[in-house]
Amino acid sequence: MSASAVDKAAAAKPANPALRRWMDFILLIAGLVGVWYGLHLWAGDVALTSPYATVAKLIQLMGQAWFWPHVGETLLALFYSLLIASVGGLGLGTLLGIHRLSGQIAEPILVALYALPKITLYPLILLIFGLGLSAKVAFGAIHGIIPVTIFALNAVRNIKPVYLKTARVMRLTPLQAMRTVWVPAALPEIVSGQRIGFALTLLGVLLGEMFASQQGLGFLIINAIGLNDVPTIMALALLLALFAVTVSSLLLALDRKLHARS
Amino acid sequence: MPAAPKTMRETHASVAGVTRIFPAVGGQPPVHALGPLDLDLAKGEFFAVVGPSGCGKSTLLEVLAGLSAPTEGTVTFEGRPVAGQVPDGVGVVFQEDASFPWLTVWDNVAFGLRRAGFEAAEIKRRVDYAVGFMGLADFAQAYPAQLSGGMRQRVCIARTLVLQPRLILLDEPFGALDQQTRLLMGDELLRLWRETGATVLLITHALDEAAMLSDRVGAMSARPGRFIDLVETGWPRDRDSRIVSDESFGRLTGHLWSLLREESMKASGHKR
Repeated sequence: MSASAVDKAAAAKPANPALRRWMDFILLIAGLVGVWYGLHLWAGDVALTSPYATVAKLIQLMGQAWFWPHVGETLLALFYSLLIASVGGLGLGTLLGIHRLSGQIAEPILVALYALPKITLYPLILLIFGLGLSAKVAFGAIHGIIPVTIFALNAVRNIKPVYLKTARVMRLTPLQAMRTVWVPAALPEIVSGQRIGFALTLLGVLLGEMFASQQGLGFLIINAIGLNDVPTIMALALLLALFAVTVSSLLLALDRKLHARS
Repeated sequence: MPAAPKTMRETHASVAGVTRIFPAVGGQPPVHALGPLDLDLAKGEFFAVVGPSGCGKSTLLEVLAGLSAPTEGTVTFEGRPVAGQVPDGVGVVFQEDASFPWLTVWDNVAFGLRRAGFEAAEIKRRVDYAVGFMGLADFAQAYPAQLSGGMRQRVCIARTLVLQPRLILLDEPFGALDQQTRLLMGDELLRLWRETGATVLLITHALDEAAMLSDRVGAMSARPGRFIDLVETGWPRDRDSRIVSDESFGRLTGHLWSLLREESMKASGHKR
């Protein structure tokens, strides 16, 4: 009797868990599109284009030669700001994590800066860097670098002291200890910081492009807002959402994989 | 076979006149944690340290291991002074779980051997043996997060064991385990001690554990920790946890408790 119950349970379980994950994913997408369509019916074309019209507009935009330099500009600005935010934040956070006193002093300052709406600093950024790429990069970088720093600081500071004692008992050289204990112990938190840093850097770059800029996707959005061109706004929002979700999911998958072990 | 008489002992590790005073921090007065204290560990001896909480047992272990420097006094291991570095041949198992969560059980156990540059074949031989010895063979490819606390502690013991230390220091390694598991782990520890011939210093808060496992028990006073008595247990070398039903076992734990009762009350702030 109990054996047949076990058989039933086994039969109820789908043979392929990967297939089931894909099914869940497709259901989620279908649900989101359904909500979008419902909102479109409720708000009408003037405020929210339908999923179909949005995709059609996006394809039309992507077919035009003038569109791609804007994408390139945004990607370039994002690349430079991410470079500054991830590498700079990682380095700064690691140093502050190792030097306990500096870390204790810096942390409340960083948290306060993190809470500060960075848009209030945008006029200063413009005055310092002028119109163009460098202002966007600076604005993106100041959004991303703070969370990356805070996470890296905590990642290094929260390494269990017993791991470091173990490294000493094993008589590791400082380089061995760094490579085989410090880095793997801190990595999960560092990846979490990079994930949040990515999202905020992208936000910073787009905000930077929306004000006082002549190039980039942010500029196209603010331009479309000025012209009340809802299909273009929606198409660009869809493109950015797809991009952000893809990168974030990849980082989240890595993040979960690393955290599952600890 | 009774424990070897004192005169035949060869000193393996010793602390002489050691004190440890933690300097004043942020308006707090300095803390005199340990000593002055003397101890000679004979080669191949199983020595247990018991004492009330906060009496400096772990500090003694850190000083002996070379993980922290004594304020005064000297520490010697195999005739050489221990200063600022953990000497070769010393293994430590800590109270907290020190298994690396990013490595499998097998890789955790192999960790020290790899860093020390052993050959792959030798690493495999030693790790496979230690993993089997510690009853972890079925979990060799599991990550520590998938294991119970007791099994993780066994991973840490195996990781220390494969380096074949001549002096093994254990800081309440079974502190987080239930009583039955502790007794069984104690048996494994005795087996390990007999097989390796290593000198063992075990810190524990469990009087029965100290009485059952060791050749000698050092009872420590409340902070600053000093030895108030060193008790010879007189057990044969091939003992195991079944000696808990021996009548002298009860006498021994009773004696240890009479030594420590007053000190434990001091440590926990009781007034008589």
